[in-house]
Amino acid sequence: MTKIYLLIPFLPLAAFVINILFGRTLIRDKAHWVSCLTIIGSFVVSVITLIDVINGKIINEDLYTWIVSEKFIVSVGFLIDQLTAVMLIVVTGVGSLIFIYSAGYMHGDKGYYRYFAYLSLFVFFMLMLVMGNNFLVLYLGWEGVGLCSYFLIGFWFEKKSASDAGKKAFITCRFGDFGFALGVILIFLTFGTLHYVPVFDEVKGVAGQTINILGWEVDLITLIALLLFAGAVGKSAQIPLHVWLPDAMEGPTPVSALIHAATMVTAGVFMVARCNPIFNLSEVAMLTVAVIGAVTSLFAATIAIFQNDIKRIIAYSTISHLGMMFAACGVGAYAAGIFHLYTHGFFKALLFLAAGSVIHAVHHNDIQRMGGLRKYQPITYITMLIAALSAGGVPGLAGFFSKDEIIWSLFASGSPAGKLVWILITAVAFFTPFYSFRMIFLTFHGKFRGTHHEEHHLHESPPVMTIPLMLLAAGALGAGWVGIPTILGGGAHIAHFLEPVLGHPELHGTHAQEFGIMGLSTTIALSGIVIAAILYLIKTYLPLRLAQSFSGIYRIVFNKYYVDELYHWTIVRPALWIADGFIERFTDAKIIEGIVNGVPRSIGRFAGILRKVQTGITQHYAIIMAAGIVFIIALVLW
Amino acid sequence: MVPLNWYILLGTVVFTIGVTGFLMRRNVIIMLISIELMLNGVNINLVSLSHYLQDLRGQILTFFVISVAAAEAAIGLAIIIALFRNKATAHVDEVQEMKG
Repeated sequence: MTKIYLLIPFLPLAAFVINILFGRTLIRDKAHWVSCLTIIGSFVVSVITLIDVINGKIINEDLYTWIVSEKFIVSVGFLIDQLTAVMLIVVTGVGSLIFIYSAGYMHGDKGYYRYFAYLSLFVFFMLMLVMGNNFLVLYLGWEGVGLCSYFLIGFWFEKKSASDAGKKAFITCRFGDFGFALGVILIFLTFGTLHYVPVFDEVKGVAGQTINILGWEVDLITLIALLLFAGAVGKSAQIPLHVWLPDAMEGPTPVSALIHAATMVTAGVFMVARCNPIFNLSEVAMLTVAVIGAVTSLFAATIAIFQNDIKRIIAYSTISHLGMMFAACGVGAYAAGIFHLYTHGFFKALLFLAAGSVIHAVHHNDIQRMGGLRKYQPITYITMLIAALSAGGVPGLAGFFSKDEIIWSLFASGSPAGKLVWILITAVAFFTPFYSFRMIFLTFHGKFRGTHHEEHHLHESPPVMTIPLMLLAAGALGAGWVGIPTILGGGAHIAHFLEPVLGHPELHGTHAQEFGIMGLSTTIALSGIVIAAILYLIKTYLPLRLAQSFSGIYRIVFNKYYVDELYHWTIVRPALWIADGFIERFTDAKIIEGIVNGVPRSIGRFAGILRKVQTGITQHYAIIMAAGIVFIIALVLW
Repeated sequence: MVPLNWYILLGTVVFTIGVTGFLMRRNVIIMLISIELMLNGVNINLVSLSHYLQDLRGQILTFFVISVAAAEAAIGLAIIIALFRNKATAHVDEVQEMKG
């Protein structure tokens, strides 16, 4: 019974193997049974594990020696502590609901079994990522989820935009992962091991050491932390590698909910939190994390305001929330970041699934051509409303407690960037409810703006989709109650629970200040909702007029600050130019093909000369033989 | 008493005729006969030198050469018959299967 936790990752792996081997021929449209039952099994075991962890049973054991190469010894091992337990609940809990929802959403797709196979494989890698007890298992999971993300974004690969988006996600993440891999290598070179526990134990002894890179003395810990963070920037879609996430919306909506909201993109936050002993020792790295997080958060939030694709709005919202989590980690409030990760998993997955339910009814993503769906999809409407309220930070809901925890930590932390970051995140606290409610109002209120034909087909989604929505709505409502702060009479249980792993941030502030900050952010959040209501419910002509009068700003933000264009011209074009003009025309055509074709050609040419000796006329052979004998005799007699 | 030189000269002439015939003629049977001539040229030398040196080993070797030549003639003729059956010719320059 002690190794029961092994079921958590290996049940989904078994589902993957079964579905990929027998899905096409035997299982076909029953593929969801295999995947759903296994992940629910994983969830049940995760709950058991959580209870064990609450009772103080931390697991850290090696199962199998993976690689032995002189001093480089890596094993496959699992570490299950408080942080992992929380992640397990998010991954398997939210994952189960999304799997069930998928059965309805993907019904009748010709790649049905493939979809569930990839989804299960993804969950396996994600669980390896959170459960590993060393950096290489983390890395295995890290790359594995990236691969599955690629498979699932490009799931409808017949569509050019989908396969392009898959490639973009994979290649963009590769930039970050390169840094991450270097970070892991550097950790091994410094500590001689990759296991978390010895690394984190010894990390204090390395503080202040420097390493010489190209003549520059660089602080070792800072370098490791920044390299690891580079991986997180890629995976969690922070500036400057955020560009892949909005495009990733080409995948099926439940995939966006699972991979690009609740789990994979949070891997970066998880990793930073996991490595908190390393980050804590480097002020530069912490500042970088906080500032990149906060800037990304505001940046993405402003873009979300003007988007018209329902899924892209949520995608930018995800980037924004991830930035918030990083900001929290950057000031040392890891527990607040993980708390937000946990509540975000619920309300963001819910937003995506509700959006999926809407798309299921109207068959397109453009909110300008929706409206009035409240009548036709009451359950979707209510659940999405709860999600938006939760995301917006309306008091009492899950998102409120975690967001408030972050904002308070930013304000009260002694971090040099704390106040700046706090201002940025407070601004985000306005934008989040604003764009969430803009989306809600444009989608569900007013009159339907699509065609009559479309209106005729509007319907509520089947129960297999609405039940997960309702369960997630319960999560979006109540998941935050485990972290009600002490000043509101709660126990801040989650912060205490995570304290053994993540430590406790030093916060300097009075209760009065904490109430003040809470009041401020709540007011800002509510005003965001009110302004959205004014603009998109009451005076619906105003947004257009505002867009016209501020057309410059509007155009820049609407075009996502032209980041995609910038990358297109500075990276994609030169890369393609090098690939086409140099690699293909010179390296490939001249060097590689030159060698490949040249060797046989020169052999052929030489043989062409040599073959003339073989005339086939017996006398010629005889003459050569005679001449040879004469020659040898002459040689001997000389 | 015929001097040794004459015998050696005879052997050389016979061998040379054999070599020339082998290289010049294109009829396979003639080429086979030429080989026999070469062998017999050698045989004449062997026998005459064996007598001159009063050593029987040369004459013993000659018996071996004659028996080998008999076997060679038998096999050679068999090959020629097979060739003729397949190609309907006994001229080597018309058979160029080995041309590279």
